[in-house]
Amino acid sequence: MLATIGKRLVTVIPTLIGVIIVTFLLTRVLPGDPAVYFAGPAATPQSIADIRKQLGFDRPLPEQFLRYVNDLAHGNFGNSLSTGRPVSTEITSRLPASAELTLTGLLLSMLIAVPLGVLAAVRQGSWIDHLCRIVATVGVSLPVFFTGLLLVYIFYFRLGWAPAPIGRLDVFYTAPAQYTGFYLIDSLLTGDFEAFRAALSQLLLPALTLGIFSLAPIARMTRASMLAVLASDFVRTARASGLKTSTVIITYAFRNAMLPVVTTLGMVFSFLLGANVLVEKVFAWPGIGSYAVEALIASDFAPVQGFVLTMAILYVALNMAIDVLYGIIDPRVRLEG
Amino acid sequence: MNESATIISQAAAVVLKRQRNSMLRHARYVVSENPVTGFAFTLFVLIALCALIGPYVVPYNPLASDTTVTLKPPSLEHWFGTDQLGRDIFSRVVVATRLDFVIALASVALVFAMGGFAGVAAGYFGGWTDRIVSRIADTIMAFPLFVLAMGIVAALGNTVTNIVIATAIINFPLYARVARAEANVRREAGFVQAARLSGNGEFRIPLMHILPNIMPIMMVQISLTMGYAILNAAGLSFIGLGVRPPTPEWGIMVAEGAANIISGEWWIALFPGAALMLAVFCFNLLGDGLRDLVDPQRRT
Repeated sequence: MLATIGKRLVTVIPTLIGVIIVTFLLTRVLPGDPAVYFAGPAATPQSIADIRKQLGFDRPLPEQFLRYVNDLAHGNFGNSLSTGRPVSTEITSRLPASAELTLTGLLLSMLIAVPLGVLAAVRQGSWIDHLCRIVATVGVSLPVFFTGLLLVYIFYFRLGWAPAPIGRLDVFYTAPAQYTGFYLIDSLLTGDFEAFRAALSQLLLPALTLGIFSLAPIARMTRASMLAVLASDFVRTARASGLKTSTVIITYAFRNAMLPVVTTLGMVFSFLLGANVLVEKVFAWPGIGSYAVEALIASDFAPVQGFVLTMAILYVALNMAIDVLYGIIDPRVRLEG
Repeated sequence: MNESATIISQAAAVVLKRQRNSMLRHARYVVSENPVTGFAFTLFVLIALCALIGPYVVPYNPLASDTTVTLKPPSLEHWFGTDQLGRDIFSRVVVATRLDFVIALASVALVFAMGGFAGVAAGYFGGWTDRIVSRIADTIMAFPLFVLAMGIVAALGNTVTNIVIATAIINFPLYARVARAEANVRREAGFVQAARLSGNGEFRIPLMHILPNIMPIMMVQISLTMGYAILNAAGLSFIGLGVRPPTPEWGIMVAEGAANIISGEWWIALFPGAALMLAVFCFNLLGDGLRDLVDPQRRT
């Protein structure tokens, strides 16, 4: 098992190198002089030249790249222009908020989409199958920021069930002591159930927005792969041997049908991490997405670059985790790997 | 001699006609089997009309503010209501169609050209060309796509053109991979060998013989990604990139109405958002319909 993970780690290296090169190129080679930009509007030619020297932009490109990699290796993502704070500390402190939101969204979506897809496949042609098809087609067409606003209007303004969309916790509550950075887990660990309830109620709408967004690909894939498995020989054999329908579907078909679904999770994560930015803006969620958006508006490039890099590394890591998970679910992959 | 040529050409005409008939029959089958495709086509015509003649037929100037009618809910005068500056939302939504349409179309056309050429070259020549193109596609895919688009727009500069470019770049892997796979299987096909034997050069074959052959599949790819391109562009302008106010554009209009949702003025964000949703929905349905037509094996 460890060997498999090790081998997978090796294949990640070229991807990571590619990702770092791209984020580097995004600032250095493209049109526009970053030194002019860092010097600000009141710059003189002299001060621009100074900044260029100070930032090392007068050096040849490969050397600049090595310096960049060296900085990254020391966890230095540069400083934000507008706040002056190091980008890395800001991103580390905001990452748990984004992670909590994304993972809860994914969890909600799996809880709805997987049973929906399974039922649609088992009862092919029934109303639930049609429902699944509608969800799959409408789901991919919904702009995630629009769904978010719609949910806010219905559940906050109309029904008053949800709290105002103003971040992770209402101002009346204090954030739980930090263990994991996930408010839900931290508040449970400290036994603060009031804070847990408050955090959950703030989290529910944005997570639901993300969940609706990722519903479509998961439901569609579950249905398709469940259909394929139900038509296979071993399911026929299991049925012919007189096993109960529930045993056949749950024990035999479901586990095998989940394999392609786990693979699509990689693509789902690509969508989720992007949609995360939009949802964070709608719900004023203090995650890394809204940090990047604020920086973008202020033309503050270091945070954006750090954000893109963090997201890419996260995504590569997630894809690797999915591969490892695949090996755990399906022993055949492990043997071949 | 002449006679036999006529016979052959007549036979060819019959075969062609039969083929065309079967294609039509297949098209009719797909449409009747799935009436939704017909609905999507109607919707598409409506959207195209809005984009073409919308700016000339809307009742109000989309940029003109009128402080006497600010924040009015939908009425007979203002079908979709008015925003905080008293601008008519119906006019703005209709006029915005053209911009959103053009952004999506331009980025899809751009990626069609880039991905098509790069993919065909990779699939036909193989070797280093293939390795470079595949590596570039893999690297792009290693990013969450919307995040990469944000980074590209931030680096290139905050303009509409760069939104088009960023949207094209993040779709590049899809196009390049399809073109590569399709060119690869045709590399040694009979018609390619025939073209080679009749003296076509190594650049002429991929360009004049393989590329036209994979066009139908590439067209399907276009209609499948068109909806995503619109969503992506609107998402970027929602977070404040690209299109600047007061230009009417669906994403930025939703952003402008976002603050009013909390105080109950739902119409400002709802109508542009619904227009955006309908457009994307329409393109996704059309894409599925077109795929069923061209490539029936990939039906799900």
